[in-house]
Amino acid sequence: MRLIVNKIFLSLSVFSALIGLAFLAWILVTLFIKGLGSFHFGLFLNDLIDGGLRNLIVGQFILAGLASIIGIPLGMAAGIYIQEYGRGRYPSIIRDLSDIMMSAPSIVIGAFVYAVIVVPTGGTSGYAGAIALAIMMIPVVINTTDNMLSLVPKELREAGIALGASKYRVILDIVIKAAKVGIMTGILLAFARIIGETAPLLFTSETSNYFSLDLSESFPSLTVSIYDLANEPEESSRDLAWAASFILTVLVLIINLTGRFFTRHKD
Amino acid sequence: MEKIFQKLSLASATVVFVILLGIFLTLFSSSKLAIDEFGLDFITNPDWNKEIVIDAPISSENSIIDDDVVVDDNDDEIMDEDEMLFDEDNEDGITKTVYGGLVPIVGTLLTTLIALVFALPIAMGIAVFLAEIAPKNISHIVGIAIELLAAIPSIIFGMWGLYYFAPIIADLVGGYQVSLLTAGLVLGVMILPFMAAITRDSMNTTPGVLKESAYALGATKFEVIKDIIFPFSKTGIIGSIILALGRALGETMAVAFLIGSIFVLPTAINSPTISIPVAMANNFGEANGLGESALFYLALILFIISFGIISIAKFYFLKKAK
Repeated sequence: MRLIVNKIFLSLSVFSALIGLAFLAWILVTLFIKGLGSFHFGLFLNDLIDGGLRNLIVGQFILAGLASIIGIPLGMAAGIYIQEYGRGRYPSIIRDLSDIMMSAPSIVIGAFVYAVIVVPTGGTSGYAGAIALAIMMIPVVINTTDNMLSLVPKELREAGIALGASKYRVILDIVIKAAKVGIMTGILLAFARIIGETAPLLFTSETSNYFSLDLSESFPSLTVSIYDLANEPEESSRDLAWAASFILTVLVLIINLTGRFFTRHKD
Repeated sequence: MEKIFQKLSLASATVVFVILLGIFLTLFSSSKLAIDEFGLDFITNPDWNKEIVIDAPISSENSIIDDDVVVDDNDDEIMDEDEMLFDEDNEDGITKTVYGGLVPIVGTLLTTLIALVFALPIAMGIAVFLAEIAPKNISHIVGIAIELLAAIPSIIFGMWGLYYFAPIIADLVGGYQVSLLTAGLVLGVMILPFMAAITRDSMNTTPGVLKESAYALGATKFEVIKDIIFPFSKTGIIGSIILALGRALGETMAVAFLIGSIFVLPTAINSPTISIPVAMANNFGEANGLGESALFYLALILFIISFGIISIAKFYFLKKAK
C-alpha cells in the first residue's frame, strides 16, 4: 500500500512537470508559428507607420538602455552600501524595502511616474518611460549586487586593506572584480525583465508610430504597440503583433540564456 | 575620495527608501479628491462612473422625490468612459458621478484566487520533481526550461491566452472567452514557474542527513517528502506562495487581454469583469478629475494590499526559512 501511494505521488509529480513543460512548449510553438508566419526582414527596415517594427525595436532598446544607465549604477552603489558600508539596522531595512519594491505592481509604478513626471512636464515622454523602467530595475540590481558581494570571501578584503589600499579601492578593484560574473548575470536578467515590460510604459512613454530619438515626447515602445495592435480588429495588425511578440520573446530568451551561460562557466 | 564614494553609496541606498515613500505619498495625494468624496465606502460601492441624482428638482414634484437616493439610467450596462461629467445640472436635477471600487477589487481577488488554486498543486509537483525525483542533469535542464517560462513577457501570456487558451477553456466550461476563469487560469500559468522555482529552492535547503536517516528507516520517497521535507521547508514554501500571490495581484497585461474589462460584478466564474491593474491600464489615459483620482485610489489600495502581503511573506515566513 505504501509503495502504491508512493508510486501515485511520484507519477503525479512527474505529470505536473510535464504540464509545466507542455505550457512552455505550447506558448513557444504558438509564437513560432504565428510569429514566423508574419515575419519578414522588411520589419526591421520600416517603421510602424509603414507596417514595420524598426522604430519600436530601436525605441524599446533605448528605453531599456537609458533605464539601465540610471538603474545599474544606483542599484550597484546601494548594494555596495548594504554589504560593505552599512552599519546597524539601516542596511537590512533598505534590503527589505528593496525586496518589497521588487514586488510592487508595475502598473502602480507607472501611475507613480505619471503623477510625478508626466503631469508636471505636460505629457508622456521617453524620459518618463525610462525612469519607470529604472524603478523596476533598481531593486533587482540591488538584490544581485548584495547577494554576489556576500559571497566574496572576507580574506580578499582583508588582504587588500593589509596592502594599504583604501576601502573604496578595495571594493572597486578587488571585491567587485571577484563578484563580476555574478553581478553581470544579474544585470542581464534584470535587463531581460525590463525590456519585456508593458504596464509601466502604458502611460509614461506611451508609444509612437514614427521613428524618434527625441526622448522628450511620446516614445515608440514595442511592448505598448503589441498591446495596441493585438486589440485592433484587423487581421493584419494582429499578425504584426504576433511578429513583434516573436521578436521580443526571442530577444528576452537570448539575453536570459546568455546570462545563464555566464554563470555556468563560473561554476 | 573615500568619503565621496561612501556618501554616494549611502545616497543610492536611500533612493530606495525615498522612491517607496514617494510612491505612497504620491498615490495618497493623487487620490485625495476621491478619498474625500467617497471615503471608505469606495471599497464597498459597486458602481463605477455612474451618474446619480443627489437633489431632485423643485419643478417635478412627485416623480423622483420619494426615490431620492439613486436613480440611474444605465443599470447593468457597460459605462462609456468618455461620458464623464459631474455636478452637472440637467432636467432630472443635480447629478454627480460616483466611483466605487468594489468590482475591480473583487475581480483582482478572484482572479488571484483562481490562479493560486490552479498553480499551487502543479507548482508543488514541479518543485518536488526538480528537488527530489529527477536525476541531476534532467533537473538542471527542466529547471532552466521552467525559468525561461518565467522570463516570457506577460503580454505574450495575454495574447496566447486570448487567442489559443481561452477558446479551449470556453469550449470546455461554456460562457465567454473573456472571463474571470480564463484570466485566472492564464495568470496561474504565469505564476507557476515562479512559484515552482522558489519552492524548489526552499526544499533544497533540507539537510541531506535528515532525508538519509528517514530512508535508512525504510521510508518511501513520498513519506520522506511528506514527513521530512515539507515540515522542514514549510515556512519557506508558504513564503514563496505568498510572493507568487503578490505577483498575481499586481499583474496587468496577462489579465488585460482576458478579463473582459467591464465594471460589472461577476455572476459566475465564466463571466467577464475587471481587475484593479486592468481598470488602470484601460482608463488612465481618458480619465481626469475625479475619475483619475478614483483610479489613483484603486492604485493606492492595490499598493497597500501588495505591500502588506509581501511584508508578511518577508518578515514572517522567509525570515524563518533563512
